[in-house]
Amino acid sequence: MSVAALAIENIEVIYNHSVQALRGLSIEVPAGQIVALLGSNGAGKTTTLKAASGILPFEIGRVAAGKVRFFGEDIANRPAFKLARAGMAHVREGRHVFADLTIEENLTAAANALAGRKRGRVDTDRVFEYFPQLRERRKQVAGYLSGGEQQMLAIGRAIIGEPRLILLDEPSLGLAPLVVQGIFSIICRINREQGVAILLVEQNARVALDVAQYAYILENGRIVVNGAPEKLRGDPDVQRFYLGSGDTGEGHASFRDVKHYKRRKRWLS
Amino acid sequence: MSEFIEYSLLGILSGGVTALIALSFVLIYKGTGVVNFAVGEVMMLGAYFYYAATVMFGLPPVVALALGLIGIAVLAVAFERIVLRPLSGQPPVAVLMATIGMASIIHGGVEAVWGGDTYSPPPLLPRTPLIFNDILIPGAVLGNFAVAAVLIAGFFAFFRFTSVGIALRATASDPVTAATLGIDINSALRLTWVLSAVVGTVAGVLIASSAGLSPLLAAAAMSVFAAIILGGLDSIVGAIVASLLIGWVEALAAGYLGGKSRDIVPFVVVLVILIFRPYGIFGSRTIERL
Ligand SMILES: Nc1ncnc2c1ncn2[C@@H]1O[C@H](COP(=O)(O)OP(=O)(O)O)[C@@H](O)[C@H]1O
Ligand SMILES: [Mg+2]
Repeated sequence: MSVAALAIENIEVIYNHSVQALRGLSIEVPAGQIVALLGSNGAGKTTTLKAASGILPFEIGRVAAGKVRFFGEDIANRPAFKLARAGMAHVREGRHVFADLTIEENLTAAANALAGRKRGRVDTDRVFEYFPQLRERRKQVAGYLSGGEQQMLAIGRAIIGEPRLILLDEPSLGLAPLVVQGIFSIICRINREQGVAILLVEQNARVALDVAQYAYILENGRIVVNGAPEKLRGDPDVQRFYLGSGDTGEGHASFRDVKHYKRRKRWLS
Repeated sequence: MSEFIEYSLLGILSGGVTALIALSFVLIYKGTGVVNFAVGEVMMLGAYFYYAATVMFGLPPVVALALGLIGIAVLAVAFERIVLRPLSGQPPVAVLMATIGMASIIHGGVEAVWGGDTYSPPPLLPRTPLIFNDILIPGAVLGNFAVAAVLIAGFFAFFRFTSVGIALRATASDPVTAATLGIDINSALRLTWVLSAVVGTVAGVLIASSAGLSPLLAAAAMSVFAAIILGGLDSIVGAIVASLLIGWVEALAAGYLGGKSRDIVPFVVVLVILIFRPYGIFGSRTIERL
């Protein structure tokens, strides 16, 4: 088997020297594939991406144990900008477009990821082929774009850098279902046509399981279930807590509690 | 009437150098979030470098300016690396205190080396005055304004059209995201300090070579604070417009009310304007969209 685009092995992440957000988490993203990382708010999804892309130090966070490998290479302590230049793109939660820069300028800034690999004009066509509506507005300031367009721009910035892996944090956040559908079909196209691996973080498990080849479910800083999408869709507990069928037990119980409860039941019976 | 026109022209033209100093300040504030209280001292130090190179080493003014700029740029890099970077993540007040500390070190150093005397470094620019009917504009005023205008225009072009300039703006607006896009934000911060120091030095040399050089030069940055507050701390356009406006008001005050009033009137005007526009003329109307 070929080497994984991203291999996270047993990492623990600690914020502010005190708050532990990840507790021995392991996931793997094979080259060229889409892997979904699901879980409810506060589970540690974003933290996982931050650990991979090297931006934890900006938030006084650090990987206290475990390893992160990018195409086989241990990337501990590598600064974020160097990882970006090595082909790891991170589309942050909340899009983070540069609000007072135009679309074109946002893309120009993103071309810094090509430093040391490629020179010359910024290839904006690469982005506009996927998101034609950005082309019409390319001289406009990004702050005035709609939420969906900002998400498109954020993804567009990532592909400007011709990455080998994209970490995509909640692209569906706050968007209308139709817009989400459009963006997800483009995410699939990008994955196919560019051969880029994608680690897709979502709270919207339904759409994520439709596009992923493999999925992990995260709770309290640990992976609680993993497997192919078909398997997870068939799991009654996943259905109950993440696919929103039946009574949504949000806030009351969690996947772990259920399993625990079942285990106990099995024990007792 | 021609008196009014003359005062107005003189004032607005001399506002050009003020705008340079304001630019030096706003570059840092926008780019790094630091309120830099050493702007005036950096400007003064640059002017002393120029003076030393011309008068003490006999170099031609343009060469002296170039050396002064290099010297200041090196110091700016050192200051960023040695003092500021270790402070990153500390509260803004700590960084602000560091710039105040820097200002007093420069002030003390300059007085120790050159004393408190007033020197007259050779002019950087030709001094042919412009005479128009009965209005006379001194050559230095005109030349200073021209240099300031060209430099400011150059900065606008740099930030608008070059990829480095765009990367600096991106870093200023969201450093973490900039880093995820491959921008080396440490070198962006360093470059920001260098650019600011260079602009300040040009302003200092222009002032020194037209109005004389003493440690008092640093105080010229005072009226700039009025301009910056008026323009809205984070707006380069605002700082420039406000600088010209304040230059104009100062000249009118000096002309009609006597020399002393020029130090007070601008601040009074600023206070009055701020009552009506608390964020300054161009204070940021942030665009946000969720
Ligand atoms: N910058 C931070 N400082 C301290 N704690 C944080 C920080 N970011 C996240 N956390 C904590 O880490 C946990 C995981 O957060 P996060 O990774 O953002 O979850 P998710 O993306 O799954 O919603 C949460 O308990 C959160 O409060
Ligand atoms: Mg999150």
